[in-house]
Amino acid sequence: MRRVATRDRSTAGVPAALGVLLLAVLFLLAVPGTARAAVAGCVADAATGCINGTIRTADQQPAVGVVLDVEGPGGSTQATTDAEGRWTAAVTEAGEYTVTLDETTLPAGESLRDPAQNPRTVTVALGSSTGALFPLGAPADAGGGSDEDPDAAPDPESTAPADSAGEVGAPVGSSDTGSFSWGRLAQQASSGLVFGVLLALASVGLSLIYGTTGLSNFAHGEQVTLGAIVAYLAVQSFGLPLLVAGVVAVVVGAASGWLQDAGIWHPLRKRRVGTTQQMIVTIGLSMALQYTYQFFFGGGALRIVTTTPTMVTLGPVRISATSLWSLLIAAVVLAGVAYFLLGTRVGRATRAVSDNPALAAASGITVERVVRLVWVLGAALAALGGVLMGLYLNATSWNMGGALLLLMFAAVTLGGLGQAFGALAGSIVIGLVVEMSNLVIPSDMRYAGALLILILVLLLRPQGILGRAERIG
Amino acid sequence: MSADLPRGHVPAAVPHATTASGRDRVTADLAHVAHTPGVPKPDAIVVADQVTRHFGGMTAVDVGHLEVQRGAITALIGPNGAGKTTLFNLLTGFDKPSTGTWSFEGRSLSGVSAARVARSGMVRTFQLTKALSRMTVIENMRLGATRQPGENLFTALVPPLWKAREQEITEQAEELLVRFKLDAKRDDYAGSLSGGQRKLLEMARALMSKPTMVMLDEPMAGVNPALTQSLLGHIQALREEGTTVLFVEHDMHMVRHISDWVVVMAEGKIVAEGPPEDVMADQAVIDAYLGAHHDTDLGDDALLDDGSIEQLEAEEQANQAAAAAAATTEEGPR
Amino acid sequence: MDWSRILVNVAGEIFAPTTAAYALAAIGLNVHFGLTGLLNMGQAGFMLLGAYGFAISTIAGWPLWAAVLVAIACAAAFGLLLGIPTLKLRGDYLAIVTIAAAEIVRLVGRSTALTELTGASSGLRGNSYKDTFQDASPFPDGTFALGPFEYSMNASNSWWVRIVGWAVVALACLLIWLLIRSPWGRVLKGIREDEDAVRSLGKNVYSYKMQALVLGGVIGAVAGIIYVLPRAVQPDSMGRPMTFFIWTILLLGGAATVFGPVLGSIIFWVSLMLIKSVMRAGVPESVMRTEQIEQFGWIIVGVTLMLLVIFRPQGILGDKKELAIDVR
Repeated sequence: MRRVATRDRSTAGVPAALGVLLLAVLFLLAVPGTARAAVAGCVADAATGCINGTIRTADQQPAVGVVLDVEGPGGSTQATTDAEGRWTAAVTEAGEYTVTLDETTLPAGESLRDPAQNPRTVTVALGSSTGALFPLGAPADAGGGSDEDPDAAPDPESTAPADSAGEVGAPVGSSDTGSFSWGRLAQQASSGLVFGVLLALASVGLSLIYGTTGLSNFAHGEQVTLGAIVAYLAVQSFGLPLLVAGVVAVVVGAASGWLQDAGIWHPLRKRRVGTTQQMIVTIGLSMALQYTYQFFFGGGALRIVTTTPTMVTLGPVRISATSLWSLLIAAVVLAGVAYFLLGTRVGRATRAVSDNPALAAASGITVERVVRLVWVLGAALAALGGVLMGLYLNATSWNMGGALLLLMFAAVTLGGLGQAFGALAGSIVIGLVVEMSNLVIPSDMRYAGALLILILVLLLRPQGILGRAERIG
Repeated sequence: MSADLPRGHVPAAVPHATTASGRDRVTADLAHVAHTPGVPKPDAIVVADQVTRHFGGMTAVDVGHLEVQRGAITALIGPNGAGKTTLFNLLTGFDKPSTGTWSFEGRSLSGVSAARVARSGMVRTFQLTKALSRMTVIENMRLGATRQPGENLFTALVPPLWKAREQEITEQAEELLVRFKLDAKRDDYAGSLSGGQRKLLEMARALMSKPTMVMLDEPMAGVNPALTQSLLGHIQALREEGTTVLFVEHDMHMVRHISDWVVVMAEGKIVAEGPPEDVMADQAVIDAYLGAHHDTDLGDDALLDDGSIEQLEAEEQANQAAAAAAATTEEGPR
Repeated sequence: MDWSRILVNVAGEIFAPTTAAYALAAIGLNVHFGLTGLLNMGQAGFMLLGAYGFAISTIAGWPLWAAVLVAIACAAAFGLLLGIPTLKLRGDYLAIVTIAAAEIVRLVGRSTALTELTGASSGLRGNSYKDTFQDASPFPDGTFALGPFEYSMNASNSWWVRIVGWAVVALACLLIWLLIRSPWGRVLKGIREDEDAVRSLGKNVYSYKMQALVLGGVIGAVAGIIYVLPRAVQPDSMGRPMTFFIWTILLLGGAATVFGPVLGSIIFWVSLMLIKSVMRAGVPESVMRTEQIEQFGWIIVGVTLMLLVIFRPQGILGDKKELAIDVR
């Protein structure tokens, strides 16, 4: 594939990135708050968490009047399904709650599809909504299986495994679709900023790897998951303090980057395997790694820390202390990366390789060494991003990185493929779009909104926000 | 599209290096044209006005006015970065200009897509050869033909609708392959050809559409000297058939040897125009080159007298056999 | 270990409807990637759209033929929509946009906002849209056994689905066979090699790429219908992993070949079933739990894809000289 185009040649990208950020905020502020009415009952905010669900009969009619008991750290409460089969319960303390469905209140002739799933245990975080589903129907329903448990007994037809990307969990502080208010706007914007900056940690590495090798690394999401899972192991299994666990995760991430390049990508480049071919290899690697994580850690949520986050109030915004620290760490690290790229010899060499590998090689830069360094750096940043993202989302899972991968690609494409600073700006835009789209579209579509923006940007400005028009031939 | 040529017209298998008629006709036409940049030509096929192209802050092309004479071989020369290839890209629709208009055979081509430019009769080749390496030589050739009913998705499903035309273009392709001495390679993958053979293939493929004008971007770059003569011969044969040729070239001997008219570009602008002998003596041209790279050989002055040209022609005849032999033995993927 | 049961199960995969659906989806992807060089990373999105289009219009009471047309129209529109912004750009943009667009289809499909239409994340139950297809069967109801293979004649995972599925696969193979040998196929091949060269020869590259994208997508949508006929429409089972399986199948069999996708699909599902059944029967629960065997299977798929691309990119049927992955 011809590599034309869109390269970062100057430091002008930094102010431009900030400008884009500002514009994005203004643009989003201008979006009219055509919010829908809140789901009756519970609105998640910083002090409230919601548990909800919809119960339908086997033939998809709402089941009215079903009673559910919710019990947990915040006390016990009861909920009843409304005319549309919806129920919701508000709790004021985070933690594990047991939801019990009173089977005697089910409509006549209905039964739970999986009685073993009653009562269910759900983990509730303040400021977000958690679903607890109770599908009804015959237990051995051949036609419409349930997606409740992707690891359910193997289907002899061997269907593709369920891909639950897009449900990695809601970040602390974000809320479900609700009515518009300036307070919510500020809340969502701040969530978006945090999310974007954390996303940037991962996307900068993706972008650097693309810039220096021309490879779109579909396995980059698994580097993010790796960081989070290593931190989870360090804290939960080895009892290390969180800070040490974070450092361990970053070191393991960096090591995996080194190993990957030394073991796979360097030999492939030596064999002159094309970048399209390498890209498909990354897809295979991504699949192998994802299911390896699932193999060892299961399909459920893994919580790096299990304590309830401390909330801090800053004006109209309530944010967890962890998120603030994460934001600070990420900002310092990203500033460090910027200094590395602009101010150090090695960093300038990296940008030179990004610009024109052949020219860089001719002027005495050891391209392979720079590429190795980029892999180590990119993987370490991704691991850090994974740890912080795992804390921010309150839990991690085998496919967290996979779910974030497309947002990273969106960020990188938005900023102009291969441009580190573009990736930073792009990530922040994507973060804001993801969190703030809650204000206008249902929250389970928020990732879709971000991806739609990606497609629209390509339509209007294919070289990305910071990219330049390209020369052909 | 030289539709006036009879179908199945077979040009001489061994092209003559210079035939008096074509060159004389063009020389006569251009005899009274002033040697100044942007000068009007008696029978211009391409007319460009105020064509500019900026990349960021840099101006790659800034051509005030340019006319290309029909039926002539026009060389476009200039130091590296002079904007020759960019101008080529603009004229053929591969790049969009910042400003400017141009026409081909009286029809405006501004904003027309590359494919439509090619269909209107102006076909180009590329500096870095674009042989379709994982297709065979004959498939490469067939792809060059126009008006193929089988290229429509629905017609393609009913072979009887396109078999006749396929037969026709295969014959045409085979004739061209013979002329370009590639017939032995007919069923080889284009990727297995040598660099020079790929250049030949690309040119032959371009001729499949029977173009009115051929644009060659550095046809000699990277070509084995043994094949150079044969390529030169083919270009001159095109002029004999009435095809207009515009080419970019760095090899001054070649420019001097075959071109009727030379256009010199430097820093995006046209700095000189005229017959090769005059242009190479032009102070502006020497400055443009010396300013860029001092070691350029602007062609040996000894070649200027007629005796030397005759000698060159004799050498060329002798080289033909050697070139042909070399062409068939040259092998292996690069 | 019950070998005869395992063997019957494994052999059943050879002509299972899923195998046919994946083969068909891979044939569609072959039009994109094998013939044209388009990096479509969202083939599952085309399939899901086809499945939704078919199921929703059937539930709305439309006849079989109209529902199939709706599915085809959905995929064609989706292809056009994706192609317009990306086909003029570099190949990797198409990869990112198609994968993103397929995710959008899935995320919107599973969103609670569309529960009425798509059944959100629990999807559409098979029985709600199977009737028109089953009624079209000329066979009597009941079950039928052919040797050790016993399936119902018309209901759900039936002989009827198998017959129709493989007939469609055969038809698609014939279509590709005709196209690959036609001047149309030649233009696509040229575009795969170097689209600028083809453009310089006067072909409207954009239009050809669009035709290829839409044609392959429509084949994908039909594959989606066949895929959901024996089961339910579940958006989460038609996500990225599905696309990646289709890629593995295509590269396994050999891109740019006529029968590569079919052979690839058969080998893929047969070997996966073989590995998993043998492990289920042979590996004690204490060493590997049942769901871990499932995941182990997918790990093998991932590693296979990597090794294939590195060591045998032309697949089983491909020609080494004409391998379909970039040489530039």
